[in-house]
Order: sequence, then structure tokens, then C-alpha cells
Amino acid sequence: MLTLENVVITQDGFTLSADLSISPATKYAVIGPSGAGKSTLLGGLCGFIPITKGKLLWQGTDITDAAPGARPMTMLFQDNNLFPHLSVLQNVGLGLRPDLRLSKDDRAKVETALSRVGLADLATRKPGALSGGQQSRAALARVLVQARPLVLLDEPFAALGPALRNEMLDLVHELVTETKASLIMVTHAPEDVRRIADQVIFVANGHAAAPQPAAALMDNPPPELRAYLG
Amino acid sequence: MKYLTLAATTFLATSAYADTPELVVYTYDSFVSDWGPGPVIEKAFEETCECDLKFVGMGDGAALLARLKLEGARSDADVVLGLDTSLIAAAKETGLFEPTSVTADYDLPIAWNDDSFVPYDWGYFAFVHGTDLTPPTNFKALADSDLKIVIQDPRSSTPGLGLLMWVKAAYGDDAPAIWEGLADNVVTVTKGWSEAYGLFLEGEADMVLSYTTSPAYHLIAEEDATKSAAAFDEGHYMQIEVVGKLSGSDQPDLADAFMQFMVSDAAQSVLPTTNWMYPAVIPADGLPKGFETLITPEKALLVPNDAVPALREKALAEWLSALSQ
Amino acid sequence: MAFRPLAISTRTGASAAISVVALVFAALAAVASRAEFGSGLGSADWAAIRFTAMQALLSALISTLLAIPVARALARRRFWGRGVLVTLLGAPFILPVIVAVLGLLAVFGRAGWLNAGLSAIGMPTVSIYGLHGVVLAHVFFNLPLATRLLLQAWHTLPAERFRLAAQLNLTPRAVFLSLEWPMLRQIVPGVAALIFVICLTSFAVALTLGGGPRATTIELAIYQAFRFDFDLSRAALLSLVQLGLAGGAAVLALWIIPSVSLGGGRDRPLRRWDARGGWQRIPDILAIGTGAAFLLLPLCAVVWRGLLGLPATPTSVWLAAGTSIGVALTSVVILLALALPLAGWIASARQGGIEGVGLFGLAASPLMIGTGWFILINPVADPFALALPVTALVNALMGLPFVLRILVPPLRDTVQVYGRLSQSLGLQGWPLWRWVILPRLRPQIGFAAGLTGALSMGDLGVIALFADPDRTTLPLQMYRLMGSYQMEAASGAALILLGLSLGIFWAFDKGGRWHADA
Repeated sequence: MLTLENVVITQDGFTLSADLSISPATKYAVIGPSGAGKSTLLGGLCGFIPITKGKLLWQGTDITDAAPGARPMTMLFQDNNLFPHLSVLQNVGLGLRPDLRLSKDDRAKVETALSRVGLADLATRKPGALSGGQQSRAALARVLVQARPLVLLDEPFAALGPALRNEMLDLVHELVTETKASLIMVTHAPEDVRRIADQVIFVANGHAAAPQPAAALMDNPPPELRAYLG
Repeated sequence: MKYLTLAATTFLATSAYADTPELVVYTYDSFVSDWGPGPVIEKAFEETCECDLKFVGMGDGAALLARLKLEGARSDADVVLGLDTSLIAAAKETGLFEPTSVTADYDLPIAWNDDSFVPYDWGYFAFVHGTDLTPPTNFKALADSDLKIVIQDPRSSTPGLGLLMWVKAAYGDDAPAIWEGLADNVVTVTKGWSEAYGLFLEGEADMVLSYTTSPAYHLIAEEDATKSAAAFDEGHYMQIEVVGKLSGSDQPDLADAFMQFMVSDAAQSVLPTTNWMYPAVIPADGLPKGFETLITPEKALLVPNDAVPALREKALAEWLSALSQ
Repeated sequence: MAFRPLAISTRTGASAAISVVALVFAALAAVASRAEFGSGLGSADWAAIRFTAMQALLSALISTLLAIPVARALARRRFWGRGVLVTLLGAPFILPVIVAVLGLLAVFGRAGWLNAGLSAIGMPTVSIYGLHGVVLAHVFFNLPLATRLLLQAWHTLPAERFRLAAQLNLTPRAVFLSLEWPMLRQIVPGVAALIFVICLTSFAVALTLGGGPRATTIELAIYQAFRFDFDLSRAALLSLVQLGLAGGAAVLALWIIPSVSLGGGRDRPLRRWDARGGWQRIPDILAIGTGAAFLLLPLCAVVWRGLLGLPATPTSVWLAAGTSIGVALTSVVILLALALPLAGWIASARQGGIEGVGLFGLAASPLMIGTGWFILINPVADPFALALPVTALVNALMGLPFVLRILVPPLRDTVQVYGRLSQSLGLQGWPLWRWVILPRLRPQIGFAAGLTGALSMGDLGVIALFADPDRTTLPLQMYRLMGSYQMEAASGAALILLGLSLGIFWAFDKGGRWHADA
């Protein structure tokens, strides 16, 4: 369980407060108006944006100041999720060994992950030679080999078409279910929420509200959310 | 066993090497170049001395002296070859040089009576020009002409300093006026002799400050008779190059032998066509063919060694103010 | 501390910086320690300082300003021979001073082609000697360098931006304002500062083309203090002034560089859609043509003379060439060992001021560094035995600022674009360099290594202070030939030097860009 104890995240004068906890093997959607602080929340969780007040606890251990790579989470950004000069295999391999000294076992794991996302034949390609959907799959293969308890997605599929995006969401859903990870996903689309999320964290006016069950919330949104959903 | 043999051989080789005394001679760069006298002299001396003669070249005469001052008494050098008359006073001031008994029957335009330094060659500074022009016969005529000259900076080059002393020796307190007259003839001032001579050969100037012996190079080595030196009736300033022994030398006898060798026929006959200067002692076979075509100044000018430092200071200030207008 | 954008260790960078500063100041301290009496700076010295600063400032401004249209034109155009031209841009910079001066004079001198042409059509001839000649020569040396640095920066503009510009049908002016100007603002001050510092230590060029003692630079005064007056305190003082001027320039330039990233692309091959119109080609053709003529004509003179002199070149020149290649390669290794950690440190720091450290090695008088280290080494070891390593080290130091200029901007971009991803993957230390930074920077590293190797080949450097006859470098051998009336053979040696330098430059540069699109 990840706990945000009276956390305040500050970036360039903007602050976001949150006091909530993330349960294991649960899928959260983070929604809210543009600029409300969704990405700030994820940046704070991952360690890219300083938490200026409060505590971030993982299974009771304080990880407020831990380095991004040392946290129990893996994150996919809006862009630049792959190194363009490395092959797909190497990009995924980095998730296992940052020095890329892959043992036979490691290699096998990477190859299994690539097959799992349907990229087994493209392992030696560079990202530039892949389609957008294939690039997303490669990044997901890395999430898979990293097998961290928390997976954070910051609208990584925003640039994909609806069919492809649904395909990716389904893939994400399967993967986190397989690895029993929790998912925290920023999204703009209500249909994404319905498709994948168990719980919703609504972010507005510099505050991230405590999670609420997705279906109930979407069926009967409070006024602020209703305004956002339009 | 193998190692032992190897070790023994190495040891023998080293000790054999150590038995051959090494004479370290500091000199200027062009002396040791393939075309300079260095290689020939090294070979000839090593045939007689049963020693290893090691030339170390560095810049020019002034660089040599600066190096000696830096090294002080710790210097590895036994002999310094290539200081000239304008540097002797400063060299003596270091107290690093040892008087020597080496002497010879010098053929110099002036009497030589320095106890530490042995002259090995000498020359007159002169303006070298193409034979297609009628050269001026003195500095005043040069200043009045439209001829363009390239000279060297007295702050960074030996010939440059030589010219400074030349004008000073010839004109004394009138030197500033001469320099002011020359200012519009000076195309440019270079860091060293090579740059100036290169510019002259490229046609950037009608005349270049060099030596009366420079045309001999073109005549003998290149069979090119189109270069000549202008004879000035004020007389020509001399440069005498000398060799001296350091008190810190661990091979004093060998050093003396080398200095004696430098004024012997074997070395003296090499110098005119490698260093392109007059030998300090005319060899038995006389000067090489071609040297008879050179101008022979009627008057040799030379500021006494010990008067150089003070005069240099004054002359440099005059030169700077005349040419910086 | 925990929120730096990339986990590049500052420790290695800081120790590289400290080494550089220590190298320079140890030499300065050594010189000062041997100073016996202090004569202070006279009015002639102040005149030299003023002249030095002025010529360096003019040279820097003109070189940089002229480089902008040339680099822009080269970035926009693809034409036959472009690659060769870009490689040749490295040539003037690595030529030994005297060779370049003779090449320039063959074109602009009293008996040069320009004046021959002018008098043939009845126009009055022009004289190259004077402040304008000094600036002309420095522009000849540095315009190509500035062009290469700017071109490099132009290539870091992502292809996506140009695609966007094409999409929006932006006018050339709008492309310039929205894409190129922000990039230039970031690059130009550093380039100008660099050239300013290069020109600070000019000596032979300034004196020869300046036409006399009016053109006395600080370096000449230092030379005089060492060689003729043996006034070490004055030499040390003048060296400090030189360092101070360079430091001032560095601070001024580097603190006004905005540290904005230009953003990342996806390594798409660079294609330009703008400026296709016929009339827009004219200024580009003019810029490239004029720039190329200005650079290539003197080079042609050097090559022509060299071909004539080649048969007269003795074998010792080839031996020296071998030594020089060794020195050049050693310099490259030393340089990369210093520059990469330093660049990493600078790129992840908020302020660009640390880059000024790189300018130290260049701004310090080579004569001062050589003499200082001679004083330091002499009591403990044979300076001759260390002649080549010290030369390689000093040459590497001189290359450092160029290399930082080349490496820092793309490294900063890499940090901005891939910093988060690297950090979230826990990449740090060697793996971070091995898998992210080195591959991302390969073209720039190749360029930097090539430049340093070539620079080291062509520089007379401190070898002249240490050399013994058995181990000479090619430039020294060339000067020795000139000193022995062997002007022809020296021209041949210069051509060999030019060929080898360009060869080294080309090999590294090509190696870096091989299979890289940027």
C-alpha cells in the first residue's frame, strides 16, 4: 500500500495537495481539468517533482526523498519513453538491468515480454522504425519486465487512434492484472475510465481527492466533475 | 636460466653504455636540423672522442639562455652552443659559465679576448634583396626610398635585436630619426627570421633583414644568383656566435675537447655551407666557392658585450616609439 | 539535491575541472615562485593589453556574425561537395600559424592575387597590414570554426520543428524568428567568447599582419618577458591579465546563455522544406560561395606550394609526422577523459558558468604553461622524457573549450529529454554514459575528437620548450626546415601536416556521424 500523508507537491509556484492511499492490485484513473495538477501528482509520486510537505510511505517505509529509480513504481510518460538509438530489445532490457548486462535468463524474460506484447519479430529494430502502437507496446514490454508493484501512466496513448488506444488499454489491463500491480493512469477520456478503472482520483483546484469507486462516480458525478465531463 | 642470461646481457649493455661518456650540448633549433651543421658535426666529433654527443635543440639563442636560467646549476648540459655577442653579458651574469683555455687563431674582423666563450662562426647583418633592384647604400638612402622592407622584432628575435644595435652603433643619438625615416618602409615586423625570410621570398617586400652570407645559400645550394645583400657605407653590424662550457658539467675535459673541435678545420669547413655563416677560423681549403661573390663590408660594427644590456633598453624604447606612431 | 534532472555524478566532473584549473595555476605559481624582482606593468604593457582586447573583440564579433549566414546556408542546402567543404572548414584552424599567414599573403599580400587582380584592372592596391589585417587573419582562422559550431547547433534543431514550420508555411523570416533565433541566442555568445579567447593568445599573426609594434599583444609581451628580459614576475603578471580577460569574456558570455532546451526529436533524418524558392537561393549561394572562396583560396596557395616542395621533403619529416600522430591521439584520449565528465557536470548544472573552466587552458599562455611545468618537472624528472606527454596534455587543454562548446548543448538536450526516463530506470554511472549519453552524443564526440586531434597535430605547442632532436613533432620539424633556408621543404612538410590533420579530423568526424542522422 502506498500512502500519501498530507502531501504537498510544489513545482514552479504551483502546489498540489493530496492525502490518500493506493491499495494493491487496484486500477486508478486520475481525471480532472487541464492544468489541475494530474501530471504533477504523478511526477511527485515518481520522484521528479519535490514533495515539500508531508510523507510518502510504501508499506510503511518513508520514500519521500528516494531516487526515482529506487521507488517501487514504473512510469510511462506522454512521450520519450524509448531511447531512439537503442534497439527494442535493449530498451526493454534496461528495465531489468540498467547496465544492460543481460544474462541468459534476463534475455529470455525480455523475449517473453516482447512476445507477450506481440513484438517478438521486431526485437532488433530501433523505435524510429516502429509505428506508434508498436512503440507503446515496446514501452509496455519494459513495464512488464520491470514488474514493479505500481504502474503509472501519464496519458501515454494520447496520440493513438481510438481502436488502437482501446487495444493498448486492454493490454495494460491484462498486464497489470497478470503482475498484480496497481495502476495509476492519467486520462482525459471518460470512456477510458469506464473501460479500465476501479477507482477514480479526481484532481481539481490544486487538490487530489481521495479515490472513489469508478462506476458509481461516473454514473452520478458531483457538480465539479460534472462540469469537467460536460 | 633464460632470464638470467637476459638480465646479464641487459646489465652488460647498460654498463657498456655507461662507460661511453655523454656530452650534452644545448643549441638552437636550426643547428640540429637535417640541413644544419648538427648531424655532420655530431658524426665527426664522435669519431674522435669515443663519446656520445647529444645535441638538444631549443628555439634560438635567447631561448637557450632563458632555459639555462630556468635550470640553473642543475642543468644537464655540459656545453651551450649558439649564444651570440648580444647575449654574452647576460650569460656571464648567470655565473653558470666556466672560463676555458680553448683558443684558436681567429679570422674575425675584431680582436677576440673573452675568456669563457669561444667564437665558432660569425656574420654581418645586411638587407638581402633581388638583384633586379639597385640597393640603397645606407640607412638614410633606404629611408628616402620607396623600398619596402621586412624586419624582425627585437623583442623576439636575434636579427631583430642586431638591427637595433646596428642603427644605434652607426647613428648613436640620431637613431630615433633614422627609425622614423624607416617607418614607412617597414611593411611589417615578424616574430623571427624564418617568417621574415619567408615573406621576402613570397614577394611581400623588396628587402629583408638577414645576413651578408644569405645570398651564398641561394647561389651554392640552389644555384640561384638572383639574391644579393646591400652594402651599407655606415658599416655592418656583426653577430658572432659562441660556444661555452658550463661550470656544472660532469665532463669538463670532453667539453673542452668539443669546443676545441668546433674551431678545428673539421667543424669550421662544415659551417659555411650548413649554418651559412663565416667560419671563425678560415679552414685550410679556404672559403667555399661562391663566398667570394659576397659583399665585404668596409667597416665592422659591434657594441662591446658588456655595453649591450643598457644600450638595448634605450634602443628598444626608441624603436618602439618610432614605429608605433 | 534529489531532484536533479539526471544522475550524472558531479564528482568526476568536478575533479576534471579542478585538474584543469590546477594545471594552469600550478604553472603560474611555479613561474611566480621563481620571480626575483617585480617591475610591474609599464605603459607599453597596458597598450598591449588594450590592443589585444580590441583585436580579439573585433575578431570574435566579425567571425561569429559572418558565420551565421554561412552556417544557415550550409544547413539549408544540399549540394555536391558539401561534405568535403564542411570537412575543409576545419582546415584553416589547424594550420600552423606561419603556413596560414603565407597562404593568406598569397591572396591578400602586396604581391598577392587580389592586388595583382586590382592592378590589372587599374584599381589601387590595398595593404593587408594593420589592425584590419590582424582581424582578417583571425576571421580566416575562426570563421570556419564558428561555422562548424553553428552548423552543429543547426543540426540539433529537430526535424519535427522544420516539418511543423513547413506545415504552417512559415516565411523564412518566421522560421528564423521562431526556430533559428532561439537556437542562435543560446549558441552565439559561447562561440564568440571562445573566439575572443583564442585571439587573446595570438602573437605571430597579430605581429606579422599588424605591421609592426603597434600590434603588440599580451602574448608577445609574455614572450619578451620570458625570453629577452627573463622577468618572470612580469611574465606571471601578464599571464594573469590574459587569464583575467578570458575569464571576463567567459563570465559575460556564459551567463547570458539561456539554458533552454531545444527539445527532442525522434532521430528522423533531417530534411528541410523551407527556403525552396528560387530567389531565396541567391543569398545562400552568395554566403557559401564567398565563405568558401575566402577560406579555400589561401588553402589552395598552401597546397600548391606544398606540392612543389614535396619532393624536397626529407624523410625526417615523415618520422616527425609519426610522432605527431601519436601526440594527437594521446591528446584526444586525455581530452575526452577531461571533457566528458566536465560536460556532464555543466549540462546538469543550472548555471553555465562552469564552462568557463574550459577556457582556462586555452587562455593561459602556452609559453607560461610550458615554462611553469618545466620548472615543476625539472627537479624530479627529465623534461625531455616527458616532452611528448606534456605536449599532448597541453594540446588537450587547448582543445577543451571547443569540445565543451560542442558537447554541452546536445548533452543538455539529452538530459532534458531522456533524463526522466533514465532516472526512472535507475540508470546512473557508467551504464548511463554507456547506453544513453555516449550513443546520443556520438556525432559530437567524433567532431570534438577530430578537432582536438587535428589541433594537436598542427600546434607547435610546448614541444619547442622540451624537444630533443630525436623526438620532434611535425610542426617543429617544419619550423626547423624554415630556419635552415629550406622554405620549399617546409612547404612540403606543411602540406603533409595539412593532409594528416584533415585525415585525423575526417576519420573521427566520419566515425561519429556513421549511421547517425543528426
